[in-house]
Amino acid sequence: MFPVSREGMLTGHDAHKKEMVMLNVLPDFMPPMDAPVILPGQSQPFVMGLLQTEIGAVPVITSELSRIDCWGSFKARWGVGRMHYAVDPGLYALGGPDAKSPVFVSANYKMSFDHLRRSLRGRDGWILVLDTVGINVWCAAGKGTFGTGELVRRIFLAGLDRVVSHRTLILPQLSAPGVAAHRVRQYSGFKVIYGPIRADDLPVFLDNGMKATPEMKQLTFTMTERAVLIPIELVEALRAAALIVPFFAIIGGFLGHRTFSESALQNGMVAAGALLTAVISGAVLTPLFLPFVPGRAFSLKGFVIGCPFSLFFLTAVDFPSRLSTVAWFVIMTSLSAFLAMNFTGASTYTSLSGVRKEMRWSLPLEIAGGSIGILLWLAAFWIH
Amino acid sequence: MKAAIYLKNVTTLQLNPELCTGCGICLDVCPHAVLEYNHRKAAIRDRDACMECGACSRNCPVGAISVESGVGCAAAVINSMLGRQNSPCC
Repeated sequence: MFPVSREGMLTGHDAHKKEMVMLNVLPDFMPPMDAPVILPGQSQPFVMGLLQTEIGAVPVITSELSRIDCWGSFKARWGVGRMHYAVDPGLYALGGPDAKSPVFVSANYKMSFDHLRRSLRGRDGWILVLDTVGINVWCAAGKGTFGTGELVRRIFLAGLDRVVSHRTLILPQLSAPGVAAHRVRQYSGFKVIYGPIRADDLPVFLDNGMKATPEMKQLTFTMTERAVLIPIELVEALRAAALIVPFFAIIGGFLGHRTFSESALQNGMVAAGALLTAVISGAVLTPLFLPFVPGRAFSLKGFVIGCPFSLFFLTAVDFPSRLSTVAWFVIMTSLSAFLAMNFTGASTYTSLSGVRKEMRWSLPLEIAGGSIGILLWLAAFWIH
Repeated sequence: MKAAIYLKNVTTLQLNPELCTGCGICLDVCPHAVLEYNHRKAAIRDRDACMECGACSRNCPVGAISVESGVGCAAAVINSMLGRQNSPCC
């Protein structure tokens, strides 16, 4: 990707790079030796000032989050603008760092960046932001964008090796799926220390001489942690449900036994209520009460929660035929199971093998349930 | 801390004690305390707690650990079933 110039001696300060060029072992993610340092944009709203260094003007940031920062995170949690919520990659100065100050590495998803700087209140340090295409640490590590290659490349592109005299990086633990620490050392000369999972534990970690407690190193999935993931799932499910309701309204209008508009309204409202109940069961209640719901598979949990709530809804509606009641019950519980199954992607303890195994039986059942439910719903117009 | 268990006996995690040098990096990076120290080498403590993130295998300098890791969300699995390569989830 980057052509490497192998002839000509290098002058300059990075003997390690020089040695690697001469040994012909530079991997293709290394930038060319004469690549200019790329500094992050100074006009980004959270940049408070500039620190003049050997590589130029490094943006200075604070650990205080502004109202705009908090609002941005809130919007992202609700699915607004989260795919374009990024900061420029490169080197930032937090407080008043010098050549000996610690280096913390972050993804360029703004929420990750904000969490990190907020946790380092009152401390001086450097923050090296990688280009993870605006994606958070965990997902980027899984995809390889928060990876060995990008880390090594960014160290040199951002000029970090010229700004600090030590060779240590502190990485979030959840970047480990993407980063091979021993290769980072091999290619860049920098040693990786994996810090705690949560940025909030960094102060204690640092004050204890970079020692983590077992709690700092283990993932939890508390109710609060589950709750903050619900809005995005809810919004996406409601968007999809909103597209489906008109179909029930229009078809119900034609097949119904009253005027088109009366039947359309009636069927549309029932569909909206039923789908909303199913969405709340599968995308809100199941995640919220996850460990308390019977079943290990998420789709089973969604079905278990979906049953009573579907029944509550269905007893409240006066259906013309029992067949419609059964139809909606099947549709609602299938949808609830499907939405709960989707929550595996947001959980902190499901494995790919487990998700595959679960989906092997649950996805066909959900599709069958939805299809049968719709057929029964249609049949109910003819059978009273 | 009581760990939440997903499904049992599904993990693809494998550890070869003969290659293990006991450096301990795998214990440092595992987010679910799946591994432990046993006779100066790493050993699997709780297979069913493994979420197949791949941190241990990625960081093992001698290749003693292997695991099939990948994007583990239902949306990604559906996309790969449909043959869509480019967008696993987001």
